[in-house]
Amino acid sequence: MPSLGRDFRKSVELRTDSTMTTDEHNPKPVGSNGGASAGKDVCPTKRGKLDLRMVREQIENTTGPEYWRSLEELAGSEEFQEMLHREFPKGASEWLDDFSRRGFLKTMGASLALAGLTGCTKMPNTEIVPYVRQPEIVVPGRPMFYATAFTLGGYASPILVESHMFRPTKVEGNPQHPASLGGTDVYAQASILDLYDPDRAQDITYLGDVRSWNAFTVAARGALGVEKKIAGAGVRILTQTVSSPTLAAQIRDYLQTNPEARWHVYEPVNRDNVIEGAKLAFGEVVETRYDLSKADVIVSLDADFLYAGFPGFARYARDFAARRNPDANMNRLYVVESTPSSTGMKADHRLPVRAREIENFTRALAGSLGLNASGDGTSEPKIFLPALARDLLAHKGASVVIAGDQQPPAVHALVQAINQALGNVGQTVFYTDPVDANPISRSESVQSLVEDMRGDKVDLLLILGGNPAYDAPAELDFASVLKSNAVGLKIYLGTHRNETAELCQWHIPEATYLEAWSDARAYDGTVTIVQPLIEPLYGGKSAHEILAFLAGDGGSGRDRVEAYWQKQHTGPDFDGFWRKSLHDGWIEGTAYTPKNVTLKATTFAPSGSQAANGYEINFRRDPSVYDGRFSNNGWLQECPKPLTKLTWDNPVMIGPAMAERLKLNFKDVVEVDFNGKKVKGAVWIQAGHPDNSMTVFLGYGRERAGRLGTGRGYNIYPVRTSQAAWFGDGARLAATGETFNLASTQGYQTMETPDGSERPQVQERDLEEYRKEPDFAKEGEPAKELTLTKPWLFDYAKEAYSWGMAIDLNSCVGCNNCIVACQAENNIAVVGQEQTLRGRYMHWLRVDTYYNGPRENPKGFFQPVPCQQCENAPCELVCPVQATTHSSEGLNDMVYNRCVGTRYCSNNCPYKVRRFNFLLFQDWETPQFKLMRNPDVTIRSRGVMEKCTYCVQRISEHRIDAERADTLIRDGELQTACQQSCPANAIVFGNLNDPASQVNKWKAQARNYSLLGELNTRPRTTYLAEIRNPNPELEEAKAGSRS
Amino acid sequence: MQIFPRSSNAIARASLVGLVFVVAVLSWVVLELERTPFITNQGVRKSQPVPFSHKHHVTGLGIDCRYCHTSVETSSFAGIPPTKTCINCHAQIWTNALYLEPVRESFRSGRSIEWARVNQLPNFVYFNHSIHINKGVGCNTCHGPIDQMQLTYQYASLQMEFCLDCHRAPEKYIRPRDQVFNMRYEPPMNDPLGKNDVFFNGHDYNDQIALGNALKDAYKVRSVKDITSCNTCHR
Repeated sequence: MPSLGRDFRKSVELRTDSTMTTDEHNPKPVGSNGGASAGKDVCPTKRGKLDLRMVREQIENTTGPEYWRSLEELAGSEEFQEMLHREFPKGASEWLDDFSRRGFLKTMGASLALAGLTGCTKMPNTEIVPYVRQPEIVVPGRPMFYATAFTLGGYASPILVESHMFRPTKVEGNPQHPASLGGTDVYAQASILDLYDPDRAQDITYLGDVRSWNAFTVAARGALGVEKKIAGAGVRILTQTVSSPTLAAQIRDYLQTNPEARWHVYEPVNRDNVIEGAKLAFGEVVETRYDLSKADVIVSLDADFLYAGFPGFARYARDFAARRNPDANMNRLYVVESTPSSTGMKADHRLPVRAREIENFTRALAGSLGLNASGDGTSEPKIFLPALARDLLAHKGASVVIAGDQQPPAVHALVQAINQALGNVGQTVFYTDPVDANPISRSESVQSLVEDMRGDKVDLLLILGGNPAYDAPAELDFASVLKSNAVGLKIYLGTHRNETAELCQWHIPEATYLEAWSDARAYDGTVTIVQPLIEPLYGGKSAHEILAFLAGDGGSGRDRVEAYWQKQHTGPDFDGFWRKSLHDGWIEGTAYTPKNVTLKATTFAPSGSQAANGYEINFRRDPSVYDGRFSNNGWLQECPKPLTKLTWDNPVMIGPAMAERLKLNFKDVVEVDFNGKKVKGAVWIQAGHPDNSMTVFLGYGRERAGRLGTGRGYNIYPVRTSQAAWFGDGARLAATGETFNLASTQGYQTMETPDGSERPQVQERDLEEYRKEPDFAKEGEPAKELTLTKPWLFDYAKEAYSWGMAIDLNSCVGCNNCIVACQAENNIAVVGQEQTLRGRYMHWLRVDTYYNGPRENPKGFFQPVPCQQCENAPCELVCPVQATTHSSEGLNDMVYNRCVGTRYCSNNCPYKVRRFNFLLFQDWETPQFKLMRNPDVTIRSRGVMEKCTYCVQRISEHRIDAERADTLIRDGELQTACQQSCPANAIVFGNLNDPASQVNKWKAQARNYSLLGELNTRPRTTYLAEIRNPNPELEEAKAGSRS
Repeated sequence: MQIFPRSSNAIARASLVGLVFVVAVLSWVVLELERTPFITNQGVRKSQPVPFSHKHHVTGLGIDCRYCHTSVETSSFAGIPPTKTCINCHAQIWTNALYLEPVRESFRSGRSIEWARVNQLPNFVYFNHSIHINKGVGCNTCHGPIDQMQLTYQYASLQMEFCLDCHRAPEKYIRPRDQVFNMRYEPPMNDPLGKNDVFFNGHDYNDQIALGNALKDAYKVRSVKDITSCNTCHR
């Protein structure tokens, strides 16, 4: 059988070398890497030592499973086999904490005595508190939606926020906004939790003592008065990236009246290289924008554009996924990358190379496209590049090359030249004015600030947001300069009492975007209004208010934003214009129009390359905590990162070949030595990572983040300099002999196919094969009629609604958005690192990552798995109290108040989608969290099973509305939380009894298949198989080299 | 040497039977206790900051339910009137009444009146007023003779069996939509003289079940298996 996908091989169970597993019961705690206590010996889920030799042999002998989720699975390790057979990972269902005999007897006695009385809960006395004067727009019990924007790195994500009685509870994308089209990203989804974070700074403080706003104004006014006389010579304002026109105007106004004052900008995850690259190419700073809907061939040079944090991600993911349709003109994605990313896993062709080699690759590519550049390519066999060049030349004007932010300016300039040469400019690539209001080099800006501070030139330092004491380039030693007495008055505006706040005299709590007025530009320049939904919870101030105070004219943030736009507005009816802008969420006609720029140069000097002695080190933003700003956000911390499925920690990521050479294994703690600085972290062996290279992640090792973020993982900022901000050569790696358990969910909930069947969970084909045999994915599924019993209680076809879902694996980019959206919508608890290690995490929806192919460069697949809502649900048959039953509309209902916690249902669930509240995971006490929760979903207590409900609260709401209007729910009107948040439109939900519904159209496609369909559970959730579109030329070459 | 006398055999047998009996009685007691007002608050008049009388306002003055409970037709929650609603009238009448002082105080100070909640469901139950109104469930079907209540009390037990009684056979209770807010409405009672007949859609109905079935069709009340699916109320 020559075709790739069907070549199922019998998995050979090989025992791991017993000597390799001896120390697993005695892991030593990690000393200096700041590991939280949870990583110590509390974890019974021992990740057994992985025998990498076995992995290699498995691949070479091609005896392993075709699709694997972790290297352990590939090695067929014992631990993995056990995980496969278990309902929850080992240790999840055991009580392993110390428990004295006395304590046990006490608890048991009390439990027995109270067992009969649990039903007799007397209704507590509660109050109803109505308004004094009820606003006309409020209908109690019905949510309202307001348009606003979430800003990250200066780029606005346009969103709609759901508000229950003026409490923001859920973020959705703004479907009318061109930068969102309804999609969001994982950070915007989780920002609700940041708003209610009980660890946020709650008072204005001076040297740690609580002060009033008046006390602050008196103190600051004195200093400002002195500065006024010397034209502000001692004033420095340090901001993060500002795209707010109003804030930029406010700062510039202040600088105009105080011409000697300076505005500095710093953010650790910055686009310095993009800015410099544009200057190299065009002599001016431009924003590069792509139209992926017109691109047939997409080349990413280290650009992770399919993950949150890339400007325009939501729109790019939408456009990219729309072109993944194998029945239409499918696009082709090439990714050359230095660290495995979700973008790379979606690629039709992926080339893992070290970051430094990408410049060479780009030069070689430019050369072969007829540009005046040459490079010796990379170490890869000279097949990839010529084929890529030919493919690009064949798609002139319909291709796009994207360079990653971490690549040096020369690569960006070269890529601009390549796009020009390919005629893509004006077709798929557009240049506009920069979104950034002050596009200067971040590292130079912060460096000159530190020089001024050291030179005693700074009397008043105003830090508006950010956390430079933690994340500024290492060589500047920002924290100690800030700590010294070099600066007279230090004022910090920030949400948390963090590392920077600690070193400033004044700390003013910052209002989040949900509490204060502002504006910001989206990636296309559209001005998006940031409209607050709630009064500042802790009396926070916004940057606008601080600047207004600086200017001496006071005024609220709303006044400033409105006044600015009143000045800009030229038409007659400002009130009407303003109301429309607030309602829509953006100001019409503010998107930047593409501008014409010409290349100033055709050759670009090579970036200084260091001697390649030692390993390459790559610094990357963390997929969950970004640069460290989301450290205290439990939703993000617990969200499994796209490839590693790691939670709560950052690893030192290396490739399997390097791990084998260095005899490193999972759990080993290594010491990274770079530029004379040493940091310890736990190793993660990632398939597809380039050899002789390691990736470290920013944002961990926080000292003052809050109760969740403090002391997790290692802090790599002390190693990161502005010379090697993204990668550098000459790093060393040494084993320390210590071990540390990383909480990864990869491998938990691994699904087992019944004996004899080797049908993979992800179905995949190449485009050519798919065209020959479109319904390949259905193979192995039983016919609809095939059943011994007829357990249907209901005749679904006669119902008004039959709910169903389809998930397009081709569209899914693995961005994790659905996980967090589900968590916010359904009040899902955060369990913490220790409980995650035990496999007790609660996400109703997980995204499984599968790999296929060689461990050096596998293909990757993402598969979101919610409850499959089986018609023949195995869980229902085994529940002794009928706590899980079927509804007439085909939902597999879970009745929490009936559940007694036998866990038979999850034991019998082949998809392993049921989650059990082993402990009281919900926080019932913290008042802030009471405000945050969705009032339409029950908050589950200890001892209760829970799972995906297809967002039944939304179904009920829409059904009732439709019934009152005497209609049926229209297709597309009702969306589940995961579907609504998905930027790639990979999930569709709807009524199977409506023949015209979108979900029926998807399910009618040839590549529609049921997960574990051979079990005949008849899941209502089905998947559309993944189709790859490889370059035939490269496929031939691969086949040739294999034979 | 015998420690136990012969009679202990009989006692042992009797206590075995007795044990079963005791367990049964205990279970029965617990189950009955569950249904008592002690647990359910059924019929309990709670003390309120203002002794508001529905009897006076509804029966005496003829104010419609929806004057105060504004969102009952559009939302899950019927709505508790804001202080402003009280002041609409009480700015003119009973302006000096002592027991209305909390109302005036609330309006002056802007602080809400904190009413003791009377009808309360557990947090895992989701009830929607608007759909019940829409399908012809009268206010007093669940709230009882609220127009006669001096102090509001919970009429029904609000236990699951109470809800299911109607969800399993809605025809027993539903009435024409135009009668939903009529507190004096009486269902047809098979009266041979047609005293209580209800006129609906051009027919005289002498019998509630016949009326209920006609209404079920007319209002498209979902089938019993639909409205007894767990997710109707639990989510």
